[in-house]
Amino acid sequence: MIQYATENAWLIPVLPTSAFVLIGLLFFRSKTLSAAISITAIGAALLQSLLILFAVLIKPEVQEFTVTWFKISGFHVEMGFLIDPIAAMMLVVVTLVALMVQVYSLGYMHGDPGFSSYYAYHSLFAASMLGLVLANNFVQLYIFWELVGLCSYLLIGFWFQKPTAVDAAKKAFITNRIGDFGLLLGILLIQIIFGTLNFQKLQGIIGSEYIAATSLTLLVLLVFAGPVGKSAQFPLHVWLPDAMEGPTPVSALIHAATMVAAGVYLVARAFFLFAASPQALLIVAYLGGFTALFAASIAIVQNDIKRILAFSTLSQLGYMMMALGIGSVTAGMFHLMTHAFFKALLFLGAGSVIHALHEEQDIWKMGKLSKSMPITTATFLIGSLALSGIFPLAGFWSKDEILNATISNGYTGLFILGVFVAFLTSFYMFRLIFVAFYGPSQQHHHTPHESPLVMTIPLIILAALSVAAGWVGIPWLSVNFATYVHYGAVHHGVNTWVMLLSTIVALAGIWTAHMIYRKNVVAPAELVQRYSTIHRILTNKYYIDEIYNWAAARILDASARVLYWVDIKIVDGIVNGLGAGARWSGFFLRLIETGQTQHYAMAMIVGVVLIALMFSLLDAGLSLNSWLGGGSLTWFYR
Amino acid sequence: MILHVSLNHYLILAAILFCIGLYGAVAKQNAISILMGIELMLNAVNINLIAFNRFMQPAILVGHVFSIFVIALAAAEVAIGLALVLSVYRDRRTVNIEDFNWLKW
Repeated sequence: MIQYATENAWLIPVLPTSAFVLIGLLFFRSKTLSAAISITAIGAALLQSLLILFAVLIKPEVQEFTVTWFKISGFHVEMGFLIDPIAAMMLVVVTLVALMVQVYSLGYMHGDPGFSSYYAYHSLFAASMLGLVLANNFVQLYIFWELVGLCSYLLIGFWFQKPTAVDAAKKAFITNRIGDFGLLLGILLIQIIFGTLNFQKLQGIIGSEYIAATSLTLLVLLVFAGPVGKSAQFPLHVWLPDAMEGPTPVSALIHAATMVAAGVYLVARAFFLFAASPQALLIVAYLGGFTALFAASIAIVQNDIKRILAFSTLSQLGYMMMALGIGSVTAGMFHLMTHAFFKALLFLGAGSVIHALHEEQDIWKMGKLSKSMPITTATFLIGSLALSGIFPLAGFWSKDEILNATISNGYTGLFILGVFVAFLTSFYMFRLIFVAFYGPSQQHHHTPHESPLVMTIPLIILAALSVAAGWVGIPWLSVNFATYVHYGAVHHGVNTWVMLLSTIVALAGIWTAHMIYRKNVVAPAELVQRYSTIHRILTNKYYIDEIYNWAAARILDASARVLYWVDIKIVDGIVNGLGAGARWSGFFLRLIETGQTQHYAMAMIVGVVLIALMFSLLDAGLSLNSWLGGGSLTWFYR
Repeated sequence: MILHVSLNHYLILAAILFCIGLYGAVAKQNAISILMGIELMLNAVNINLIAFNRFMQPAILVGHVFSIFVIALAAAEVAIGLALVLSVYRDRRTVNIEDFNWLKW
């Protein structure tokens, strides 16, 4: 059974794909049937993923199955799948979160006219991500990578009658394209330099084959451009906050399992490449660290519940990248897994709130939800505690793993940054909770009701996972997460004072939020007034969007001007010049058409004489004698 | 000393004749004079043809045949040319070639 599941791992992406095809072609008229097919497919994929995870846990070895897709000289493209602990872990996380989100969507999307196509897109989204996870070579990975991008476009713009949703979808797609272009170039460069795109073969080659450090760094940075776009790292992060325009369960899926996880997963999957270039790895680490701080600082002033969570995701992704950058695949992937559960939970919880309040997203207009929505509040609280890194919830263990890795690898600066971000994280999450769930009631037109069971059960399951998922990585265990997921030597480190420090910092964040938003020691409005400049910059997300708009407008404008000039002066100039030249030469040439036959005859004579002269000079040199004498005729005889 | 007449002498004669004819055809204004110049050129060609035939290929009379053709052609040409000149003269009362430019653009 387990053997069968592992050897037929291709079924995992094929199941949701067939669900997509079935819904799209046959059952799109029946909403119930569409949802049933989609949920059955993803459920079956989850079961198989669990079997594979079980197989990997028993025998942690890399298994690869591959078939040749096509082969031309020097270029060999395969399709196949690669199962190792990272892939097995990702399969379970993706299918589990996708299943939870799909069940939840039964309630959330109830009555939506696009219900069937919503499930079709969902299935395709899950299928693409699963195909990406299983890929054993870069070509296959890139294909599914682009499919993930396409599905995110379809789902972010799902409510396409909203112009903001359309804009957000386009923004997500185009921003991702920029990163994907770098990834494509990187993949081509890998093919050119190493002659293979298979992960296993590459891993073997990298160590043994000499390659100049600069070109390797360039290659790695090009490949890294893909994750920067997909996982929304600093220069290309702009799409993720706007992706809020899609239905909230879609945000949960994008933020937890399918979209942004792809970038982190690629870095972990191709970590042998990154490890070969310490400079590139350093860039990954500092870019991740910067994104973590940058996004967390924006999150503390946002008022839209989904935006706060979106910037929190950015920040946590930065954390994961930072962990990978300092060389700890264990910490990065561990945080990816725990984050998937509690971020899915938080988004679904936010969806539950938004649903109950009829599309109200401003936390200041919520308030007193703890009374009317007890299950949502409890699960949201668990998610927030997990995200803040409170003992013994999932986020505590993974965040501790990252902080521990930074300090033990000697990156003191990044450690301090990480601790500060942990403080900001618990602060903004509990700001949200105190304002939205425990704040004064905002005279709702109606009392919000708790969501139906179909929505709360996924919340409860995810809440349980948010508590328990971290326990697999408890550092005191002799066999834990790090035993399976690691690069290089297994690292077992327990650092009690790091744990204490991170807990204290998280509690300090909660306490600060409590003091400001609950006890009103300092009124929030007063704080805003006192630090109005900083507040304005943060509210406007450091004006990055404005800068991009301005730069895009400038670049477009300038390049348009240059091209306009080229078109008018050079292209049109050539065409018009040819016309004018023909006209003017005609005008001058007609003057020699005198109508006098004798002129023409004269011209002919001159021509004949010149030709004769030329030949005789060529033939007999410059001798006048030969011109007059027989010599001039030698050309004639010949 | 008897002057030996070689091919070159004939060719020089023909060249002189041709140049005189060319000059007449190009420089004269009177249409009749131009026709006369053309006749001179044709005859210069005839001398060339006969001379080459005599010195290069005496056995074959191909040069003679060509010159007879040229004479016949010249006769026809002069007939048409004179007829044209006559008809233009009747219309315009002039044989000055510089006035014959009505076909110009």
